[in-house]
Amino acid sequence: MIDFQLDDRSGVATYLQLAQQVRHALRLGLLEPGDKLPTAKEVVAKLAINPNTVLKAYRELEREGLLVVRQGSGTFVRTSLAPRDQAELVELQQRLTDWVAAARRAGLIDEDIEAMYRAVMRKDTHDTEELHDTRA
Amino acid sequence: MTPVLEAEGLGRRYGRQWALRDCTLALPGGQVIGLVGPNGAGKTTLLSLAVGLLRPTEGEVRVLGRRPRSPGTVAEVGFVAQDKPLYRNLTVAETLRMGAWLNPGWDAPGARDRITRIGLPMDQKVGKLSGGQRSQLALTVALSKRPKLLLLDEPVADLDPIARRDFLRTLMSEVAESGVTVVLSSHLLADVEKTCEFLVLLATSHVQLADDTETLLSQHRMVTGPRADAQSLFSAHTVVQADYAERQATLLVRGRAPINDPMWTVRPVSLEELALAYMSTSLPQEVAA
Repeated sequence: MIDFQLDDRSGVATYLQLAQQVRHALRLGLLEPGDKLPTAKEVVAKLAINPNTVLKAYRELEREGLLVVRQGSGTFVRTSLAPRDQAELVELQQRLTDWVAAARRAGLIDEDIEAMYRAVMRKDTHDTEELHDTRA
Repeated sequence: MTPVLEAEGLGRRYGRQWALRDCTLALPGGQVIGLVGPNGAGKTTLLSLAVGLLRPTEGEVRVLGRRPRSPGTVAEVGFVAQDKPLYRNLTVAETLRMGAWLNPGWDAPGARDRITRIGLPMDQKVGKLSGGQRSQLALTVALSKRPKLLLLDEPVADLDPIARRDFLRTLMSEVAESGVTVVLSSHLLADVEKTCEFLVLLATSHVQLADDTETLLSQHRMVTGPRADAQSLFSAHTVVQADYAERQATLLVRGRAPINDPMWTVRPVSLEELALAYMSTSLPQEVAA
């Protein structure tokens, strides 16, 4: 069974941390279809967090189709997450390495690169949200 | 759903000093509600008014839809005061027996289970227990009357980190099991952030914030950028707190309008930052008064 841990200093919302840990365990094969997840009460008895935070993480994963809640018996893993395509990962990493090398040649230091990365991520999130808004 | 605690223009004065004023609130049931604020902000006064230990100077408070001192309310509200009043000469077992005599709805098996889980010796005198154990016993007594609403005034303030964690574990397990509504006053913002879904912030005897934490967090952002452009943010956002350096401004803003200018760094705030900002920005008023 999965053993949740919290990183208080990560700044990531607690329910997102829990959801990430489930996805991670699925990707590594530590959780398999049919496995039962701990109840909200079991999780809060260890982490001293609000039980609704656990339920929120489970609901999120249920929406993604990864978990299924069976009334009265608990929350179970529904599907496994296929490990990522290794070749594709290698290629993406190579392209990022080339990009970082180009940025360094252009005189950017690590902090410049991080700031640019964050700006791009933020813009991407915003554009995606706008797209959703237009659709709605 | 009727709010578990409703205040309308509630105020309490000690002599010429208002401990709480213009307090209008409606707290939702089935949640864990954090009551935060600096010392002397009125947290204890609000809780004491809610349980009827104090009478309001003005306004009204209703708990579970009734007046605080009506017999039905007394039976359904659990309260643990800051100093965790227990009789030092009674043993743990005698404390539970007293709880059973005084409370018609007493859950005796539940009380014994809780004591076993915490690991308190039944024949130990209360005076000989550690601070953490006394807090756990006070919580057990309050929970064993099976309250619909549990009010806790700074329950973990004087506990060491391990006792604090154990106390919150017990409390959160109880919430998971029974769904009891909890109002928890604390100035330990990290604990509040983990355990509470709704935040009430008191400062200078007034309610400054009262909303569910998710809404509050989504409404606020921390932005840093060139001081010269700061004014442009003021039009679309409420600036809660502003720190200016020579050329740079760091602003805590309220409002959801997008900030796309690449000159501005935007990041979400933690509940702790948010609470600190509202507490400190309401300080000048106090100085002026």
